[in-house]
Amino acid sequence: MFQETALSGQTTFFQKLRSLDYILLFCLIILGLVSSLSMYSTEGGEVLYHTKSHVLRFLIFFSMMLIFSFVNLKFWHSIGYLFYFVVLCLLIWASLYGVKASGSQRWVDLYFINLQPSELMKVAIIMCFAKFYHRTQIHVVNNFKNLIVPIVVLILPILLVVSQPDLGTSILIGLCGLVVLWLSGVNVKYFIYSSLVLFISLPFVISFLKPYQKLRILTFFNPDRDPLGAGYQIIQSKIAVGSGGLSGKGFLKGTQSYLDFLPEKHTDFIFTLFSEEHGFIGSVLLLLLYAIIIYRTAKIGASARSFFGKLFCYGYASSIFIFVTVNMSMVLGLLPIVGSPLPIMSYGGSSMLATMIGFSVVMSTKIYQKQIIA
Amino acid sequence: MISFGSDTSYRKQSVVNRRMFILSAAKVLVFGGIVAKLFTLQINENKKYLTLSDKNRLREWKLPPIRGDFQDFFGNTIAGNLKVYQLHVIPEQVENFNNLIVRVKDILDLDQKTLNRIIKKKNSQKPWETLIVSENLSWDQFVKINFYLHELSGVKPVLSVARSYPYNENYTHLLGYVAQASQNDLLNNEEIKKKHVPGLRVGKIGLEKSLENELIGMNGVQRYEVNAYGKRINQIDHIEGQKGKSIRLTVDTKIQQKCNELLKDKAGSISVMDIYTGDIIAMHSSPSFNPNLFLYGISYENWENIINNPKKPLINRSITGLYPPGSTIKPIVALSALENDVISTKFKVNCTGKIEMYGQTYNCWKKKGHGVVNLRDALKVSCDTFFYEMSRRLGVDRLNETAKKFGLGDKVFKNIFNEEKIGLVPSTEWKKNALGRGWVLGETLITGIGQGYIQTTPLQLCLMTAQLANGGFKIKPKIIVNKDDLSLEEIKSKMNENLEKITEEPDFDDALLDLKITSGDSDGKMFKPLFRNQENVKFVLDAMFASTNEVRGTSYSSRINDKKYQFAGKTGTSQVKKITEAERELDLDISQIPYEDRDHALYIAFGPYKNPRYALSILIEHGGSGGSAAAPLAKKLFKIIIDRHEERKKTNSKKNNLQV
Repeated sequence: MFQETALSGQTTFFQKLRSLDYILLFCLIILGLVSSLSMYSTEGGEVLYHTKSHVLRFLIFFSMMLIFSFVNLKFWHSIGYLFYFVVLCLLIWASLYGVKASGSQRWVDLYFINLQPSELMKVAIIMCFAKFYHRTQIHVVNNFKNLIVPIVVLILPILLVVSQPDLGTSILIGLCGLVVLWLSGVNVKYFIYSSLVLFISLPFVISFLKPYQKLRILTFFNPDRDPLGAGYQIIQSKIAVGSGGLSGKGFLKGTQSYLDFLPEKHTDFIFTLFSEEHGFIGSVLLLLLYAIIIYRTAKIGASARSFFGKLFCYGYASSIFIFVTVNMSMVLGLLPIVGSPLPIMSYGGSSMLATMIGFSVVMSTKIYQKQIIA
Repeated sequence: MISFGSDTSYRKQSVVNRRMFILSAAKVLVFGGIVAKLFTLQINENKKYLTLSDKNRLREWKLPPIRGDFQDFFGNTIAGNLKVYQLHVIPEQVENFNNLIVRVKDILDLDQKTLNRIIKKKNSQKPWETLIVSENLSWDQFVKINFYLHELSGVKPVLSVARSYPYNENYTHLLGYVAQASQNDLLNNEEIKKKHVPGLRVGKIGLEKSLENELIGMNGVQRYEVNAYGKRINQIDHIEGQKGKSIRLTVDTKIQQKCNELLKDKAGSISVMDIYTGDIIAMHSSPSFNPNLFLYGISYENWENIINNPKKPLINRSITGLYPPGSTIKPIVALSALENDVISTKFKVNCTGKIEMYGQTYNCWKKKGHGVVNLRDALKVSCDTFFYEMSRRLGVDRLNETAKKFGLGDKVFKNIFNEEKIGLVPSTEWKKNALGRGWVLGETLITGIGQGYIQTTPLQLCLMTAQLANGGFKIKPKIIVNKDDLSLEEIKSKMNENLEKITEEPDFDDALLDLKITSGDSDGKMFKPLFRNQENVKFVLDAMFASTNEVRGTSYSSRINDKKYQFAGKTGTSQVKKITEAERELDLDISQIPYEDRDHALYIAFGPYKNPRYALSILIEHGGSGGSAAAPLAKKLFKIIIDRHEERKKTNSKKNNLQV
């Protein structure tokens, strides 16, 4: 309690620098390196457009993250709702005037970058909920008003993203939101009831799905149904992973990717390529890298004094876990194919930006871990 | 600040920490599950997926096997392979086929008709099957296509080989020809099915067809790494194919060409045979056609020309043409009568030009008659009256036996030519079975002069002549040179051995022969005598000599006096329709008779007379009389056959060097 004044106000820059989580930073750099090399491999061992722009994005957004880490946690707390609101507006803008590509309207043209606001929403929803529950007392969490507001806040972006249409991202946003709700003490029975309702209404929901989405679900249950059509991606992906073996085919030697059998190898299926080239050992090491990142993030949360910081870190760690799990399960054939990038590994600027914003807040929580937010 | 709501704050913290703990435990489990799945895929099922991955990326291309050559006896290639440049397209791999094909048309300067044909062909096959746009590009076209190749994705210039027959129409009927394998070829021959690649040429007829499995060779294989779109990325492996067996034939190209020349503009056949080894020296059927025309699919005009030719070039007359042998059967009739002791060599008949028997008139070819003739004279002048009387005494069944023994009414080659005809030597039993009527004695008389039911192929007549000329021994006709072929000396000594046996214990050997026949072992009879008394054979041969080399002989004008080339033969003129009494009176000149009604001219011969070695048969369809149309060809032919004999002997002595 004595240090309170000293902590709340005047820590020096070097003290802040020292209190950065270097293990986490190191892991992120390694991941950036691995992802750049993987991108290099997707282009058949040449530095072409994808590699260049991926490396560039990583460098820019990573530096940005470092700088933002020194922003006081209070600031992040104060813009919690604003951030959500801005992203929500961007989503609406995307729905109205967005850039269309391959059948869906997900991007807004910001003149210097084509931004995918749904990716940012993955972080924004966590930040928004963290702020909301930071203020909410524990005994009123399960009040009707305190239940209905977060649900509306969560449903709005989901509906917007579904209508783009982008089922994968909307599911991920939903999962991120739900995880924070769960962490902040929403009664377990609501989760049980809502999953029951979801389960019962599933046939009804399915009837609203687009034909290609239905096909994906059917394909998930039986990929051999149409091996050259809808099942092609998952079959080729499993072949690539399976043929990797214990130690893989070697860097730049993944025949499945090199010979273009792998679909979407830059983005959603980047792990397949990695796994084909580096085998079981490489894949487990990559998974371990993510596990450390998740662990370090959660650990920062555990030692944070402010509830906002703690909830954000826990929520963010869990969301990283969800992204990794969904993506890997998908390419390994454990889940249906839904568009879900692997954080940092997958090609995509908005995803990288959102991920780095998230880590900025995490780092800020680390630096200002003793900070108390009123 | 801290005291404010510190209790609720603490509760809040503990809830979130507890729930995070539960969540973390769940995360560990889920990551464990992912690791387990990775383990299953990459460790347990690694082999399966590795195979699938290889299946994905490796594609094999079968290359067409290279067909074995045919060589003549002297090692000249008579059917070989030429390098050709072809253009292939796999329609499936082409983005816009119509654009591509128009571009190709412009580059190659194809005409609209060809273009339509290609498009029609494309529509008739599966999109992943190779479409052969051009079978035979000129070098200029090949260069041009390669120049534009970068803009013609899916187009493949291919260096291929094509069959070529350097002697064009000379060997057509013997060798047959090759053309693209049809659905039937694939169904009927496993070997073709196994080795089939688009554009593969297979034998359609002749030796090309019957020796297909030896000629076809082994496919080469190219293994490529391909990408997901089927585009070849790089070559992994190349397994050389194996050229099919080269087959050396017994034929002599010089003589074969001479035969072709002699039969020019005529319909007919010439067969020449070694009377000991059974080697076919030449076998030609005329008119012939150029087998090279069939290589790339024969053009409509060429096909029309062939099929509309009234002389029917597609027929191989030597083995599938059936003709009444006419008087060429007389040596066999005479031999049969002598062997069966029906007549003696002293037997005489007075020929008045016709003979009344069974209420019908049977005419001799010579209206005035031959007067009193004995057997030798009757063969020499080919007196029909004599043979009517002799056949009457002999009977058709005994004649049938002798004729069959000497090779008539049976396939000369057992299974080399699918299309070979058996022919027919009638017997009383045959008529009852086939026609359901009893034999009429009058039919015996006309069978005795080679008319009526009897039908033989020219090659059968050649074999018959050879087996007479070698002193009456059975030989095995052959057209393919084999390593284990017996030499002339071995054959002769075998013949002598068998002859001694028959003189020592004739009855026993006959019984043995019969046993062997019934047991179906035809090779056991090889080089065995076909006679009871060789004097009879010698008598017939002498009579044939008279027919060619003595005044009044039917082929006297075609004789060669030089002993080196001197040959003996027998003419034959077989009627194609019954001549009425009125027509006989008219005695029309050949040019006044419609082509289809003219007689077939035949000639059988062997030579050199002293120490004979070769036998031949000549048939000119609707050529008129054997003496005037067929025998003169023999004279020209024997010159070259005997001249070539030395060459052949030389080649034979170094046979092993030439063996392929």
